[in-house]
Amino acid sequence: MTADSPSPTLEERLLEGDRRALARLLTEVEAGSARGLAAMKVLYPHTGRAQTIGVTGSPGAGKSTVTNEMAKAYRARGKTVGIVAIDPSSPFTQGAILGDRVRMQELTADSGIFLRSLASRGSLGGLSEGSMDVILVMDAFGKDVILIETVGAGQDEVEIAGTALTTVLVNTPGMGDDIQAMKAGIMEIADVFAVNKADLPGADIVVAQISALLSLSTADGWDPPIVKVTATEAEGIEELVDACDQHHAYLVESGAIAESEANRARRQIVALARRRLLAQLIDHSGGQDRLDELVTAVAERKLDPHSAVDQWIGG
Amino acid sequence: MAERKIRIVIAKPGLDGHDRGAKVVARSLRDAGMEVIYTGIRQTPEMIAEAALQEDADVVGLSILSGAHLELFPRVMDACKERGIDPNETLFFCGGIIPDEDFPQLQKMGFKGVFGPGSNTGDIIEFVHEHVRQPA
Repeated sequence: MTADSPSPTLEERLLEGDRRALARLLTEVEAGSARGLAAMKVLYPHTGRAQTIGVTGSPGAGKSTVTNEMAKAYRARGKTVGIVAIDPSSPFTQGAILGDRVRMQELTADSGIFLRSLASRGSLGGLSEGSMDVILVMDAFGKDVILIETVGAGQDEVEIAGTALTTVLVNTPGMGDDIQAMKAGIMEIADVFAVNKADLPGADIVVAQISALLSLSTADGWDPPIVKVTATEAEGIEELVDACDQHHAYLVESGAIAESEANRARRQIVALARRRLLAQLIDHSGGQDRLDELVTAVAERKLDPHSAVDQWIGG
Repeated sequence: MAERKIRIVIAKPGLDGHDRGAKVVARSLRDAGMEVIYTGIRQTPEMIAEAALQEDADVVGLSILSGAHLELFPRVMDACKERGIDPNETLFFCGGIIPDEDFPQLQKMGFKGVFGPGSNTGDIIEFVHEHVRQPA
């Protein structure tokens, strides 16, 4: 290399397929560092090509195993795969055990798969604050399919639907009443239903319950398919992947993908603005100390929460 | 902006399936506020190196009870170096049933910390805080 050709930047290396550069920049964008923000400016024009699929469901439903099998199926179809697997951070120590690699060990031998574990870092909703940028950077790297496995989700963790183009909700037998309870929240965001552990008794009941629920739906355009899966035996995975591909094709052909992209962009802009405004507010309104004073006053019932905000921001 | 978290890959190379020690260490590092990527048992050197690469680990900790550490650890280190992971940047430590007389050889290989039987998890946490290379 001559003196007037500087060594390539991390962004250039990433765009040329350097996995170490990808790993480094994922760390930076996840942290929201200045380096990460600079990388996003360069990389964003290279995004928008990947098929993004969110995999969500209750803890223990089999999200990791389903994700693992889907990754293998996409590889067999000649696609490169990125995986973003999110596990919860401790609310007390902010530490985390990220264990998704345990169930995805066999993927490690395939250089066409890049798996990144993320901690939720206090974010609710099943994703983490940095996850959107992590997905975009994998997209810029050129992954054909990006699978996003959320934190174990209950009823209200619907953020994934505004992030991935296709959302797979993993259900299991033996949760009869929970399914009823989930009606209004997470059940509404699924583009594809996977009924995992279909070898267990009760799988057909779950399928019937979901069908009954869907028959009440007034939404038009896409009818979410229900796919029975036994992920540990890799059964039903081809059908599941077909269903995801059909949904993606539907988005493209109907033009609905533009709306999905706009939703994603809006969510990310608003989330980033909210974070920055809060940081500025804390900075410009007496800092963390002033906030702590108000917190104490409210906790001691000397002030109500609304008046505290009036005093903080100005009513 | 939130501070950067220390990210640690904990792995068990080789064929012994006893992961209690690795799990205890993983749990204490979590409780010390770190993000621990736990990879499970029976890892090949390539799998460990791939995990360290893909996760952009600040620290890699290996646990072994089988006695094959002088066999397997150099292969893990080589697989990491092949992928551009430099033990001067990424902190490596190891633990398990490792006799004292093997410590110097492992340290020479690039494992800054070696924790034999009876080690205290508090010492491991302190070791990580002291030696991890934090970004500017």
